[in-house]
Amino acid sequence: MTVGLEHYLTVSAMLFCLGLLGVILRRNVLVIYMSLELMLNAANLALVAFSRFNENLTGQMMVFFIITVAAAEVAVGLALIVALYRKRQSAHVEDLTSLKL
Amino acid sequence: MEPTLSPAGYAALTILILPLAAALVTTLCPRRDPERSANLSIGAIAIGFILSLGLFAFTGDKAMETNFNWLVVGDLKVSFGLLLDPLSKLMLLVVTGVGLMIHIYSRGYMSGDRGFSRYFASLSLFTFSMLGIVLANNLFMMFVFWELVGVSSYLLIGFWFEKNSAADAAKKAFLTNRVGDFGFILGIILTWAALGSLNFTEMAWLVEKGAQSTDKSGGTLLSLGFSLLAEPLGKIAGGTHWWTVHPNVLVTLVGLLLFMGAMGKSAQFPLHVWLPDAMEGPTPVSALIHAATMVAAGVFMLCRIFFILDIPGSHALEFIAWIGGVTALLAALMALQQNDIKRILAYSTLSQLGYMVMAVGLRAPGPAMFHLTTHAAFKALLFLGAGSVILACHHEQNIWKMGGLRDAMPRTWWTFRWGTLALCGVWPFAGFFSKDAILAAALDPAHRNIPLFVLGVFVAGLTTFYMSRLVLVAFCGNARSEEASHAHESPGVMTWPLVVLAIPTLLAGAVGIDAYIAKLFPGEHPPHNEGFLDNLFAPFNHNILAAGFGLLAVVAGYQLARTLYVNADRDRLPEKIGVLAKMARDRFYFDELYEWFISVTQETLARIADWFDCWIVAGLLVRGTHGTTELVGRALRLVQTGSLQTYAFLFAAGVVLVLAWQLLGNSPTH
Repeated sequence: MTVGLEHYLTVSAMLFCLGLLGVILRRNVLVIYMSLELMLNAANLALVAFSRFNENLTGQMMVFFIITVAAAEVAVGLALIVALYRKRQSAHVEDLTSLKL
Repeated sequence: MEPTLSPAGYAALTILILPLAAALVTTLCPRRDPERSANLSIGAIAIGFILSLGLFAFTGDKAMETNFNWLVVGDLKVSFGLLLDPLSKLMLLVVTGVGLMIHIYSRGYMSGDRGFSRYFASLSLFTFSMLGIVLANNLFMMFVFWELVGVSSYLLIGFWFEKNSAADAAKKAFLTNRVGDFGFILGIILTWAALGSLNFTEMAWLVEKGAQSTDKSGGTLLSLGFSLLAEPLGKIAGGTHWWTVHPNVLVTLVGLLLFMGAMGKSAQFPLHVWLPDAMEGPTPVSALIHAATMVAAGVFMLCRIFFILDIPGSHALEFIAWIGGVTALLAALMALQQNDIKRILAYSTLSQLGYMVMAVGLRAPGPAMFHLTTHAAFKALLFLGAGSVILACHHEQNIWKMGGLRDAMPRTWWTFRWGTLALCGVWPFAGFFSKDAILAAALDPAHRNIPLFVLGVFVAGLTTFYMSRLVLVAFCGNARSEEASHAHESPGVMTWPLVVLAIPTLLAGAVGIDAYIAKLFPGEHPPHNEGFLDNLFAPFNHNILAAGFGLLAVVAGYQLARTLYVNADRDRLPEKIGVLAKMARDRFYFDELYEWFISVTQETLARIADWFDCWIVAGLLVRGTHGTTELVGRALRLVQTGSLQTYAFLFAAGVVLVLAWQLLGNSPTH
């Protein structure tokens, strides 16, 4: 059995859904963050797969950008989480509802 | 078009402009000198009187006309012109002559008043407006001056505006006139639409031509003109063919609408209510308004446009005659039980105006103008005499607090008595001749109206009765108050105008005014008499029945008044006629009726407006908008949970929905 585009895309979709479920269901901000990364990487996987099967490098270029941006985002995001934890002594999303009226 | 003026035209223009100039100079000069303003006004009207005399004496009977184009908009040409014919020349003489006496008298009566200059400025403005009506050669210009008369009468009635009653009376006069004027302008518009011209000479020519020539269907050309108008009117009203106006209805309607103007100005029933209240103005103003000018304007206008009222097929005149008759009767009844000397005179004016309007309605505009002329003289005399009495009694106007003035004020007494005799219609005073002409018109075989003749005779009796009551109570007997017993004759500046006015009061009936006017109105029988003495006895030769019944009514009225009021201390009439006296005293409740009507309609209107404001504007529009916004806001706020994961879920769900819609929903179409 040869591995085709649809296989890659299926894995990518599953990863994305897992990430989304994590974002929606998990309580810990840190874990939500990790789930987000999972979704990003699912997208990366899909892009690379398209790039490979369409013989077009644009997708892979895009992936490099995403990895770079994700690295920067992680740095900012983690810093925020640390700051938040210091202020609130909690990293659970139920406690972070100060925007609600 | 460069207007060319004849010397007579220049004279007429001068007569018109001088009072305006006097009013402007007095009003616009920064420093007001009472003496100067009085002299200016008196000078203006004196020159006007002299010029009017000249016009009257030296110009022929042929009508002269001058026309300027004032405003041209498309087909509509509004011109400003002067028309000099016997009718306007007679009126010029009346207005300037009586006006001059009133101006001179005012100098004495108003001396020391704070608004002395303002008074004379208003008086001159009033004179100017009235002269404009008299000289106008078209209906539009007449309407402009008509309104000016309304404004200046407002200023004069409300001259002592610090008094609430005076301010109210001025408003009442203005508003009541407005009702009439509304009909008047509608009538003018309809006339213009039907005839295409507002110029009196042109209209008369069109009407005459239209009445003579007949079209194929047998109707006159004129009714054709009116039926041309009827068609668009029908379209406006219904848009279909089943609703069409009969030309005769339209002709009548035009006549009645124009008459509405006269109804307001000449205070005819049911718009008569303003005139008695207008007594709040200074007494010379009452003389000016009620004798020579404002109230005469309505009758004058009816005579001017008589040819429109008299178009074959029109029924306006019958209505006008009855309105005049009803006014004459009601006003005479109301006068029976008034105790204010000026109010009695006011109601008698109403009653006499009723006679004039009745005469117009009886197709006798000549006698109407005749009565207007004589009435102007003797009513001005009576009002000025009343003013003299009021001043002598220190502004006491109740006749039951006077008495015995006969000896204290001899000159006022005999002039007032002459005025009364003329008003009652005693031969050989002027009032007899003009009233007799009207009564004779009611008996004229061409347009006989026996009920109105009986009514006229009855009103003549009533007139004698209430005027005798006034004279017997106020002048004869003993003084009934402190003021009356100390009364003394007024200064010469006030009594000399009385003496001057007493002359036409005696003579105006027999000098041939009726023959002079009769030339204007074809179809009337001008009395052809040779001299003064013939004129003196003409009524008895002409129609002995009218003259006889007239004099009989006078004798009966006087006898009745003598039994009741000689040396009387109180009014014994209420005991005799009971509830009628109370109704007469309360003026038949017209004021209350109008007050009720206005308050009901206004209340309803106000309630509807309030409901609309409360529920539609404030409720639906303002509070509705605000409520909807708030409700939507509250609902949307529920969505804002503040929970990060809810947002994320909704976001994801949205994405899934959009994807599903895009991929599943649209795919079959590709």
